[in-house]
Amino acid sequence: MREKFFERFSWVSLVLNSFRIIVIILIVVGAFNTLQGGKYTTSQWVSLSVSGLAQGSIYALIALGYTLVYGILLMINFAHGEVFMAGAFTAVFVAEAFKESGFLDSSPLLAVTILILVAAVVSTVVAVILERVAYRPLRGAPRLVPLITAIGASFFLQYTFRGLYGSGFKSYPEVAAVQGTWHIAGNDIPIVQIVVFVAAILLMVALYWLVERTKVGKAMRAVSENKEVAALMGIDIDQIIVMTFAIGGALAGAAGVINGLYRPQGVSFTMGFFPGIKAFTAAVLGGIGNIPGAMLGGLFLGVFESIGPNLILEGLGIPAANQLKDAIAFTMLVLVLIFRPQGILGERLTEKKA
Amino acid sequence: MKRTVYFTLLLLVLALVLAACGGQALECEDEIGCVEVAPDEPITVAYMLTISGPTAFLGEDSRGGIEIAIDDRGGELLGHSIELVGEDSLCSAEGGQTAAQKVAANTKVVGIIGTNCSSAATAALPIISEAGLVMISPSNTAPALTDPNGTWQPGYFRTAHNDLFQGRVAADFAYNELGARTAATIHDGSPYADGLQAVFAERFQELGGTITFQGAVNVGDTDMRPILTNIAADSPDVLYFPIFEPEGNFIAAQSKEIPGLENTTLMGADGLLVDSFPEATGPAAEGMYLSGPYITGSAYDEFLSKWEAKFGGSPPSGFHAHAYDATNILFDAIEKVAVQGDDGSLLIPRKALRDAIASTANFNGLTGTLTCSETGDCATGEALGIYQITDAEISGGNWPPEVVWTP
Repeated sequence: MREKFFERFSWVSLVLNSFRIIVIILIVVGAFNTLQGGKYTTSQWVSLSVSGLAQGSIYALIALGYTLVYGILLMINFAHGEVFMAGAFTAVFVAEAFKESGFLDSSPLLAVTILILVAAVVSTVVAVILERVAYRPLRGAPRLVPLITAIGASFFLQYTFRGLYGSGFKSYPEVAAVQGTWHIAGNDIPIVQIVVFVAAILLMVALYWLVERTKVGKAMRAVSENKEVAALMGIDIDQIIVMTFAIGGALAGAAGVINGLYRPQGVSFTMGFFPGIKAFTAAVLGGIGNIPGAMLGGLFLGVFESIGPNLILEGLGIPAANQLKDAIAFTMLVLVLIFRPQGILGERLTEKKA
Repeated sequence: MKRTVYFTLLLLVLALVLAACGGQALECEDEIGCVEVAPDEPITVAYMLTISGPTAFLGEDSRGGIEIAIDDRGGELLGHSIELVGEDSLCSAEGGQTAAQKVAANTKVVGIIGTNCSSAATAALPIISEAGLVMISPSNTAPALTDPNGTWQPGYFRTAHNDLFQGRVAADFAYNELGARTAATIHDGSPYADGLQAVFAERFQELGGTITFQGAVNVGDTDMRPILTNIAADSPDVLYFPIFEPEGNFIAAQSKEIPGLENTTLMGADGLLVDSFPEATGPAAEGMYLSGPYITGSAYDEFLSKWEAKFGGSPPSGFHAHAYDATNILFDAIEKVAVQGDDGSLLIPRKALRDAIASTANFNGLTGTLTCSETGDCATGEALGIYQITDAEISGGNWPPEVVWTP
């Protein structure tokens, strides 16, 4: 019996090891071939990486919502992409009004801040209602149940917003202040990408401070550690859970507007689905439940998606490389999970959490 | 006691059978069956369109055309009212299959107007054909659908132009009018976009041009910089991306930020010929060319005023007139083959209905004079034009854009 177990065990690890080696060889060979070919200039690589960072910071902001909720409830809130959509879709109407009145061009910083607040409030309200209606009644249920509810809630939210705002595509107006490029170290970097990156980092720092340095944050950490004991210490569990959903929602709403700055087109009721999936991937990549992990995972995924197809797949001579962008992202996820099942920064989960 | 109950039941059944036979003097002699319409029953016509999701504008556009065609008949055909039922076929194979199964389960359906997307039609067709139905599509353009060696099945027709025409028109325009000598194409993996870019590339090379890049993105992608960087390495004269919103918007908008694409002319196709595209894309769309259905004439103007009166505004996409024509072809064929009983009941033989549509010749529609081929192509590709987006469409209000070239 015991011997059999070891036999099987070594088989599995053999397969996994050879898979690791194959993937790494493919990556190295692909990258080498592409760089050898010299089709792209250094500044092209730099601009791809920077746009990947900007995209990644948006993923990271959404990923934080997944990770916060998972940290406390051990539940994947699959409707989180829709929380993002709710804020982004609502703020687009405010943005249009600001553009028309000239407010957006005369004082862009204030206008964008107000937009972010509007989106954050809408997303927060949606996230809190979601928790109250769809998740709280199921808190004691087996873990699969809220997962399915989340998917149902996701569709419900999508079609509610379609009913509210219609099925057409909207787009954010251009903010004149962030157009143009900055010349940094021989490369032209679009200002908007830098603004997006910095704004996202500021929000993440604020979140980190909130969780690590405030009383609410302390309570959140306590609840995540052990709900029963936290309750015995006088922490109102329900209130902390609502807080967690609210913070995640606010970050998602802010991400909605920041995403609108970076990529104004394509605002519609389905816009939350893909960023939601990608952000979830980022959260797992970084180690779900871990806040700096979600940030790192998001940035990593964004950059890898941006340079991956051109760098690796093209070098391997794979046709339609860009269509395989998502495949790259998810292969990366599989790879990281093989090397580090707990994610890049994740801690080994205790029996209870895993 | 029990015996009396059985006896009464038997009598009741007999009475029903007799009543049914008594009124039904018509007998179906069609090899694939008939649709029976009782004297006070409506004639049921179904639509299978994309009425939810990001391509919902296409379905809205076509359904408007169908409804106006029904209104024009006063809501009646051969003394029966017309009932329009519908299913959402989405813009995917799964959607097409589900919708087809639902519609095929309803034995009262005489014919179908649909689908919008070629991907949905490809999956729906075997089920529809097997059920003996006819399906006339207002907007399927993939060449394989009317190719007997492709996915064509008996019962399928379309009033939309075959992309063999559209791709050619686009390539001719790019090479001869724009003077382009190099081109790159992007599709999104759908049969529509892939087919169209293939026809374009083939024709462009035939004319003497060079295709520098043929690639694809995914539906749902938002970051087009990697593929555009790839294309920019050769700086082609034309970038042709016959795809849909929102991926098309992202390509158009982001192409302006990529060094190497400054002198590249953007071209799309009818999938992007929708009123929200220029406004949603912004200044990057200025000067972009779109191929698509181009319809003129007083009958069309009249149609537009009916649209305005019924729905307000103008149709959101370019296939409403095709839907209108498709509906009328179906109604004409029903009128031609339906057998009327003395009591006002109707018998519509299915095979005869197919044959009647296939023999449609010189049908005077909004989209031109239509003559259907045996394998389902009713349009000749004459109603095509190249539109150019200008600032008037981007700042909102003006739709459709001006047609700058017709073949």
